[in-house]
Amino acid sequence: MLFTLIFYFFSLLAIGSGLMVVFSRNPVHAVLWLILAFLSAAGLFVIQGAEFIAMLLIIVYVGAVAVLFLFVVMMLDVDFATLKAGMARYIPLGLLIGVVFLLILGIELSDWNSSEIAPDLRQVIQPADIQNTEALGNVIYTEYVFLFQIAGLILLVAMIGAIVLTHRKREGVKKQDVVSQMYRDSAKSVSLEDVPSGKGLS
Amino acid sequence: MIGLEHYLVVAAALFVTGVFGIFLNRKNVIIILMSIELILLAVNINLVSFSVYLQDLVGQVFAMFVLTVAAAEAAIGLAILVCFFRNRKSISVDDVSLLKG
Repeated sequence: MLFTLIFYFFSLLAIGSGLMVVFSRNPVHAVLWLILAFLSAAGLFVIQGAEFIAMLLIIVYVGAVAVLFLFVVMMLDVDFATLKAGMARYIPLGLLIGVVFLLILGIELSDWNSSEIAPDLRQVIQPADIQNTEALGNVIYTEYVFLFQIAGLILLVAMIGAIVLTHRKREGVKKQDVVSQMYRDSAKSVSLEDVPSGKGLS
Repeated sequence: MIGLEHYLVVAAALFVTGVFGIFLNRKNVIIILMSIELILLAVNINLVSFSVYLQDLVGQVFAMFVLTVAAAEAAIGLAILVCFFRNRKSISVDDVSLLKG
């Protein structure tokens, strides 16, 4: 009973905040609603027993991606009112496609059953006696270690790509030039001058 | 009792919300990126639900990789957006068609 209540709470929160992401006028509010949607999805994962993915969702999305979105929304000086201007025109088309999608998914959901051989096709059966995180860790670093490395590679490429795309050379900025500092020696930079008295150096 | 179908309905609703958002905010690239994130979240809910239903951990491993790719995609998308905004002073999708082919 308690699980049912928690499920309905989190799922309604997820769907409602998803709708608010789409409909909100202010993009900053949209990002905040997106954070709420991810948090409630993490709650759904927790009551399903997939704690590791839930915590990953909170760390990766709320901690990194949503903050990235927020940062970009606040950094770009965009006039969002003009972008919203033609919004009402697209509502009928969007609603049509949304309803068609919902109908297709509804037909799928109303009549389906899992195959008889599905239990035999399982690759990694979840052990009953250990926790979710430990079971995932046992699998990720052994059977799926190559996929794990490739995921890291994808993140590395994304990081390099983002830096290359957004980096720019700016004019008139004084920067430390380490190499020229290291190659500078006293013979070139210090000289002994014989100063005549009463005249000084010109 | 909450079964698999309940989670699938939530995922379907989130997915349709994301698709609807792309059509509704088709000028604003930031909201489109957020809608894509919503769609990927719905996919993740599906994967984890089936993983729990079948007691098979592969679904959760795959959800983790979907999460990784979604994070990379968001970072690259926002970087392209920042780059584009510097050149055009706008983030409207209509202005992206620079190549006259």
